[in-house]
Amino acid sequence: MFYREAGQYASSYAQDRQLLTLRQDKLGMLILMAIGFVATPLWASDYWISAIMIPWLILALVALGQNILMGYAGQLSLGSAGFMAAGAFACYNLILRVPGIPFVVAVILSGLIAAVIGILFGLPSLRIRGLYLAVATLASQFFIVWGLDKFGWFKNYDTSGIINAQAIVIFGYTMGSPAQKYLVVLTIVAVMALMAANMAQGSIGRGWMAVRDMDVAAEAMGLSLLKTKLRAFAISSFYCGVGGALFLFAYLQTVEPATFNIELSFRILFMVIIGGLGTILGPFLGSAFILLLPIFLNIMFHAILGRAVDATIASALEQVIFGVLIIVFLIFEPLGLARLWQVTKERLRLWPFKY
Amino acid sequence: MNYQSIRNSVLRGLTALGITLAVISPNAAMAQAQEQYFGIPSSRVGPYSAMGTGYYGGIIDYLNYVNMKFGGVGGVKLTWEECETEYNAARTVECYQRLLNKGTQKMVVFDTLGTPGAYAVINRMEPDNVVLAQYGYGRTDAADGTVWPWVFNAAGHYWGQVAVQLSFMAQQEGGIEKMKGKTVVHLHIDSAFGREPLPAMREIAKQWGVRLVEIAVPPPGLEQQSQWLQIRREKADWVTFWGAGSGMNSTAITNAARVGFPRNRMVYVSFGGAEEDMVPAGDAAKGTYVTANAVPGKFPLIQDIEKVVYGAGKGNLQDKERIGSVYYNRGVGAAAMWVEALKNAQRIHKKPGKTVTGPEFRDGYEALDITDAKLKEIGIQGMSGPFKMSCTKHDGSERFRVMQWDGTKFALVTDWTGAPDPVFIRKLIEESAAKFAGENKITPRKCS
Repeated sequence: MFYREAGQYASSYAQDRQLLTLRQDKLGMLILMAIGFVATPLWASDYWISAIMIPWLILALVALGQNILMGYAGQLSLGSAGFMAAGAFACYNLILRVPGIPFVVAVILSGLIAAVIGILFGLPSLRIRGLYLAVATLASQFFIVWGLDKFGWFKNYDTSGIINAQAIVIFGYTMGSPAQKYLVVLTIVAVMALMAANMAQGSIGRGWMAVRDMDVAAEAMGLSLLKTKLRAFAISSFYCGVGGALFLFAYLQTVEPATFNIELSFRILFMVIIGGLGTILGPFLGSAFILLLPIFLNIMFHAILGRAVDATIASALEQVIFGVLIIVFLIFEPLGLARLWQVTKERLRLWPFKY
Repeated sequence: MNYQSIRNSVLRGLTALGITLAVISPNAAMAQAQEQYFGIPSSRVGPYSAMGTGYYGGIIDYLNYVNMKFGGVGGVKLTWEECETEYNAARTVECYQRLLNKGTQKMVVFDTLGTPGAYAVINRMEPDNVVLAQYGYGRTDAADGTVWPWVFNAAGHYWGQVAVQLSFMAQQEGGIEKMKGKTVVHLHIDSAFGREPLPAMREIAKQWGVRLVEIAVPPPGLEQQSQWLQIRREKADWVTFWGAGSGMNSTAITNAARVGFPRNRMVYVSFGGAEEDMVPAGDAAKGTYVTANAVPGKFPLIQDIEKVVYGAGKGNLQDKERIGSVYYNRGVGAAAMWVEALKNAQRIHKKPGKTVTGPEFRDGYEALDITDAKLKEIGIQGMSGPFKMSCTKHDGSERFRVMQWDGTKFALVTDWTGAPDPVFIRKLIEESAAKFAGENKITPRKCS
């Protein structure tokens, strides 16, 4: 009853093309932004900001990049953690070696560097498809991490092969506290999610979807496969690269190349699949699921069971429950959490009435 | 149930889960007065679970023991909260933040049992006023207390350890001069932990004229065939092995057996050399050397824990057979240092019977003076080496014991031995710490 489109008409094309056409949706987004930008930094504890919100947003950004490639353009790829590593080490080296470079510029440049590498590893996509492409992109994962390990220059010849993120300085102001870092991350993620939503809705996104659904038909319609696919690879890697830089600077602060291992790539892949392929909301929900559910299970088990159950059994049980939940979701909602949200919205149209 | 109703229940379940989660916040539990709270970032699942269950089991048992036997430290009851890290750096950061505050209490010491985790939180120690107690692992140059006031290493670091291993080899060969021209392979997991001993190792190899070959094994390290073939091709005389997880550690032994590399030419790092790492390899493990910073055995304290804690049914280990094993004893040793530091802190800051803060605990840890008499008093004489911390010197005994696996248990081969040239190791540490301080614009504190 409350969530209805009745009475809201688009009277111009511009209105029709808006990202959020419903008044209720706009209001909801405003509230969400207010919570994100104002309420959270003001009232959330340091634990919530630095251990939950920051990694969630960063991984959601990376998953968004993966979704552009996999969900929208239909190119199955497994190298997202590798591109994160490229972004993280690029950003570290840019700030280390280019005096006076502003943080935001360094982040954008590291995204671009990741994008160039992404294009390089996207080239095989012109010849191979599906699972075979996934195997080919796996090479990027191993190659990038191997290269960073092998050549000491990337790590400024640190003896343990570790890099320490420099302080985040924006307009001469050091972003040191968790809340400040959170705001930096949130701003970047919000802007990039907005860009992704726009791309997905516009001609770029339609090109991707055409290629995803049937590339021969897309080519026959006049789309250049080379451009469309490589654009998807570049943009996806850009997102991953920026995510990687933030992962280092705003979250972990100390990383070694092995942090960006194949396991992380797989987790990002699962985030996209569980969140919902080909959606913007999906990566946010998916990364919340994959990243936060184990943490909450751990907290819950310690709070409820306490010392009553052996901690080793509790830890193993958490993993079992987590695994079962993944299977349950994939069986009952193969289209992902984003689809669940859509179903909820459809229900909301009638609520609280039956018809 | 049809599809629709199943989806309904999934949705309902999600809502219920959300509400539950909102109610349970990590800070919910309120603290009582005169308790000292410890955060325990345990790793009980995954490839490193043997290590995590033994080590953190030892820590929890010792804290329990102090509560049950002495009623806490000077009347202050020890409390703790556990958090599962899965030996993962990102999860360790999450656990660190979660454990940092509990009600009105604040964590005073953190022990990640692993170099990747230690590196992930090491920069948070100073701003948060938490001691990072690396017990025989972690960032080596943190032994320089002027650059790293909040980081300690009470059980020896990897540079000292690798020096002990090399001098053990020299002793077996018949003197340092006999090491000239010998080939030593450093086979290591490709992570910060595996590379940690290299700076010291390279320098010593250069001095002694040893040919050092570095071979990395990508994590999780269950595939080592080509590496061992390479070791045979290089005609290695000795192998130093830096592995992580019982899977990788036992695989190395079986592969060595397959290529016919003698096991009594392999020296394992303290973190890969425990019963859980040797047993899976079966008979092939016989003869393998291990450097230990806490040796296995039923020392008086361990026996008493078994009596007091396990006698009351409060023990943390599921398998009582593991009491007195390498990882368990190391955990007990680590916790004993926490408790000694707490005693020091209460004494120095004249707070007997009171909860201490992070800076006070730090002073207590820095004042650790663990003599043989002290070890005897605790009941672990011979289990770990004596040492004394100071403002500059933040590392422990720097002495290790070499043990050898005889097929069923470890036999001690040497007494506590230190690096042949400790001054040289110290110089490396100070250089490395100074480089770090320079890069990160840290002014080393004055120590006099």
